Amino acid sequence: MNIIELIRQPWPWYVAGPLIGLTVPTLLLLGNKSFGVSSSLRHICAACMPANISFFNYNWKKEGWNLMFVLGILVGGFLATQFMANPNEIVIAQDTQNDLAALGITNFAGLMPVELFSVENIFSMKGLIFLVFGGFLVGFGTRYAGGCTSGHAIMGLSNLQIPSLIATICFMIGGFAGTHLLLPWLMSFV
Amino acid sequence: MKVNTDNSATLVAPPLKEGDEFVAQPLKEKQESIFSLAKYLVVGTLFGIIFIKAEIISWFRIQEMFRLDSFHMYGVIGSAIAVGAISIFIIKRFNIKTLTGEQVKIAPKVFNQGQIYGGLTFGLGWALTGACPGPLFAQIGSGFLAVIVTLFSAIAGTWVYGALRTKLPH
Repeated sequence: MNIIELIRQPWPWYVAGPLIGLTVPTLLLLGNKSFGVSSSLRHICAACMPANISFFNYNWKKEGWNLMFVLGILVGGFLATQFMANPNEIVIAQDTQNDLAALGITNFAGLMPVELFSVENIFSMKGLIFLVFGGFLVGFGTRYAGGCTSGHAIMGLSNLQIPSLIATICFMIGGFAGTHLLLPWLMSFV
Repeated sequence: MKVNTDNSATLVAPPLKEGDEFVAQPLKEKQESIFSLAKYLVVGTLFGIIFIKAEIISWFRIQEMFRLDSFHMYGVIGSAIAVGAISIFIIKRFNIKTLTGEQVKIAPKVFNQGQIYGGLTFGLGWALTGACPGPLFAQIGSGFLAVIVTLFSAIAGTWVYGALRTKLPH
């Protein structure tokens, strides 16, 4: 297999994980930046609609690096999809496929289920639940917790922070509850 | 630095030049130039590529994770933490400085109940959207334009948190 084909294959966890982990020292050494992504949501609020709320009343411009970083993530997503895409179908565990099929999701092509996340669904009940409600929970929850998987689970735990351990445990509990309790219940509405 | 007529000195923001030792002087309100910020764009781009290639942005992979049907996501997060932790240890142990010669300083995370309530809330959202904030940006770049709605909703969620913050338990 030549190098191009090798890159196009899905990358295993032992390649992706360490590379992601290297973001921690990279950002620290580039400019004493603490790795985190959910803070970008706060900076966007501060920049666009602070509305005299104290939480958004700070010098967001000093955190410009973070906005550049998330813009980069978007660009990287574009580049990888355009030039490095996996020519084969994503391989999903059979048990997961079975569970999801029971909930009404049967199309496993692509990285995201088109049955939920296509543009056509935006103005439907599916869109309301998975895009709007789900997104809202992510934005509200991450800032309430003071970080997301990047800021707490990876950066915080790398720096041995107990609050990050608590946050990460709660992320996982929420995720399990969301998958096994909330998701089936919500799917009954769509 | 500017020397005044009474021989006192005033710190004046020097023109930013990478590698210039004067850039390391602690001017708290210094804003990084656009060229200096570009390096974060590069790091972010590499990060986004990893997200796509390792399928971390896949809603299906997150489902697998929460159904314990695959080790993949646990492997990613676990090894990322391991590498991050070792890196921080090495930086501290050998007192490695930043590109501009500054001491590496990581602000500690302070505990408040938000980590619990917010954490649980985010977890629910993570299961529904199949994404934490980072992957949202990658998904949009990847062409899942419907996720723009998710991102806007997330920004709205953050905004509502900011508005309600003083009334929420911390």
